[in-house]
Amino acid sequence: MAIFKKKNKTENNNITVSDANKKKLTKGDLISIWWRTTFSQASWNYERMQNLGFLYGIMPAIKRLYTNKEDKIAAMKRHMQFYNTHPYLTWPVMGVVASLEEDRANGGEIDDAAINGVKIGMMGPLAGVGDPIFWGTLRPVLGAFAASMATGGSLAGFLVFLIGWNVIRMAFAWFTQKLGYVEGVKITDNMGGNQLQKLTFGASVLGMFIMGVLVPRWTNINLSSVIQTTTEEDGTQKVTTLNDMLNSIFHGLPALLLLFLCVWLLRKKVNPLIIIFGLFAFGILGYWLGFLALPGA
Amino acid sequence: MTILTIVLVIIFAFLAGMESILDQFQFHQPVVACTLIGLAFGDPIKGVILGGTLQLIALGWMNIGASIAPDAAFASVASAILVCGPAGLDNGRGIALAVPFSMAGLILTIAVRTVAIFIVHAADKAVEKGNVRLVEALHFGTCILQGLRVAIPAALILFLPPEQVTAALNSVPDVITNGLQIGGGFIVVIGYAMITNMMATKDLWPFFFVGFVVSQLDFNLIEMGAIGLCVAFIYINVWPAFQNRIAGSGGSGGGDDLDAVLEDY
Repeated sequence: MAIFKKKNKTENNNITVSDANKKKLTKGDLISIWWRTTFSQASWNYERMQNLGFLYGIMPAIKRLYTNKEDKIAAMKRHMQFYNTHPYLTWPVMGVVASLEEDRANGGEIDDAAINGVKIGMMGPLAGVGDPIFWGTLRPVLGAFAASMATGGSLAGFLVFLIGWNVIRMAFAWFTQKLGYVEGVKITDNMGGNQLQKLTFGASVLGMFIMGVLVPRWTNINLSSVIQTTTEEDGTQKVTTLNDMLNSIFHGLPALLLLFLCVWLLRKKVNPLIIIFGLFAFGILGYWLGFLALPGA
Repeated sequence: MTILTIVLVIIFAFLAGMESILDQFQFHQPVVACTLIGLAFGDPIKGVILGGTLQLIALGWMNIGASIAPDAAFASVASAILVCGPAGLDNGRGIALAVPFSMAGLILTIAVRTVAIFIVHAADKAVEKGNVRLVEALHFGTCILQGLRVAIPAALILFLPPEQVTAALNSVPDVITNGLQIGGGFIVVIGYAMITNMMATKDLWPFFFVGFVVSQLDFNLIEMGAIGLCVAFIYINVWPAFQNRIAGSGGSGGGDDLDAVLEDY
């Protein structure tokens, strides 16, 4: 994707857009984005996951910043791309993306790939922050504390969990969204055209790198066909499955092969829905015939 | 059972179902959902005790990345109906049933998350036309389906004898439940394929492979993010061809950088 093509045009824009005419998000817009992001997972789907949820969250910014219908549609389209992170850590991403959209609406040279690059570059590491903190620590701790009261027959367990959790969550959401927005504005304000270009291209690099990291980590495939069974010295049987073999050739190879198959099919213009149903059918068939097993089984 | 009880049970089941996907207010967590169902039957204490016990079982049930945990929403709602409702099962049996219920709920949420694809495709069309209202309605439509996938079975459990409920639970063949779970494990590659397909250029593919190879190291995602940032920083600051492209396309800043580098020599 051409990151640089709009360069000349936008440099002129930087000069012509005066501060007085700058489009700016209001506090109301930011509050609206904050509340809407609560529903970021409402339309979670197997194809692009939280894509529509992200669009729903950022919608007040799109409405405010793009008055012309084509720009509005273009902005909505760019947020229909794949996106998935921890549902709470999506708030800082919202803040940053809101600031990027604001800059773009004022003539900043930030293209679609750059915005998606920022989203993807942030989503992986942030999910890595959110999963252990919220799902791994805070919920079990608060849950266990509440459960200890609840099993004794006290409704305090219920109230402590419900209220405690939501106060922490909403405060965290507002604070991190604001942080993302303020920092995002600082970055776009302080950078000239060339540096911003570097940043946006760097975001695409980071995005691709993170995709590479996520594919083998978040894809669970277990090809369980037994290749060989050896008996150890102590008499225990050591089973080598097809998965073990492929992973020993190259770690994550089964997931990579599956990804390439999907990319190839997409380039052949196969409807993603057919691929999705095909994969489910493959899962059921594979379990039935015994060459696929549950992850970790 | 009064009408009010039935209505409240269905509302709480609906909330739990929506929350199972939103994961925000936590109405799907056992200690909350069971208490609310208990409240609907006029016995919140019974509910909170069951909920507390189930909460301890469900402590580790979490949706990480794209994988889906056993479904706490349906497990809590269904068990609480059987324990606090007219069936009057004891706590122990309610808890024993929670795990098969959570698996049934998992299948149902996989189904809704698949149906959601069709809805998102409809949203694509609405975006094309610039119809914001329809886009937003479709977004919530999926959430309503998630609510219904708990509320409808909950209503059935409310009226069916418990023996029939357990029989129905046991009648789903393993091939389907396990097969769908296996499929759910790798179905995410389609999303990854779409995004890499969109972002990938000749320049960017190598970074995907760097990430892929580095992925097997025992680093967490934050550390991976740090490596990615460094790689990006090195690339945009060191790669001379990038500087040339800036200079070639008429920019001044990149040229200056390049001049500075040349002068150093």
